[in-house]
Amino acid sequence: MRSCRAISALVSQGLDKELSLRERFSVWLHVMMCTRCRNFQTQSRFIRKAARRYSDDLQSRLDNKP
Amino acid sequence: MTDTLLTEQALAAQRPVLFRYALLQLRDSELADDAVQDTLLAAWQSAAGFEGKAGLRTWLIGILKHKIADHWRRSAREAVAPIFDRTDEEDDGEAEQDDYFMSSGHWNGGPKAWADPEAALKQQEFWTIYEVCQNNLPPKMANVFMLRELVGLDADEVCREAGLSDANYWVTMHRARLRLRECLEIRWFNNTKQEKNHA
Repeated sequence: MRSCRAISALVSQGLDKELSLRERFSVWLHVMMCTRCRNFQTQSRFIRKAARRYSDDLQSRLDNKP
Repeated sequence: MTDTLLTEQALAAQRPVLFRYALLQLRDSELADDAVQDTLLAAWQSAAGFEGKAGLRTWLIGILKHKIADHWRRSAREAVAPIFDRTDEEDDGEAEQDDYFMSSGHWNGGPKAWADPEAALKQQEFWTIYEVCQNNLPPKMANVFMLRELVGLDADEVCREAGLSDANYWVTMHRARLRLRECLEIRWFNNTKQEKNHA
């Protein structure tokens, strides 16, 4: 069983590259039982979404600034 | 394979990424637009200089960086340093990451459940907090994060831009997410003041 430290690092990597089948399986198995890592998984996806939204809205934010 | 043919469409397709890059640097959409147009024009005129090896986007960003540097040189406002070339003397590497985990590898504290993140995206105050948290990242970490998530470069393009090894890239992105996550949790999602405001 991998630690939360290792699993969360894999979750992070999974956002940027395809994990191996074994890695994906160990993440899946772990987050089923571990609320914190599950939260980290949803939250890091949310952060990606927020970052893109921030980037998309940056122009109008800057343009509307006095 | 269509050789290294440089079409107008291929150039135009890179425009959004270039614009986001320029906007983050120049923080002014007109200036950013000018810099991107100058870049595309220069690229178009010197299409022969494109060797196709490093990838079109990398080549264009190289030109764009020169255009942005030209802008800073021309303008008297030296005060604002270009953000994507910053380096960190900060190397609190291991010690810092270990704050998030105990020696057993378990979370130290760790991610709590967040109430309705989607709703946060619609609130102006959330974006102020988001910006604060993003600005709180150490400069180089912020660069890497922004190149990947805001500009939209691929991981290997970010590595080239920021001069990072593969391994450093994963560590840096992971730390950036851990930090941002924690900051958002403290300042927004678990902030009792905010809950009161919306009660």
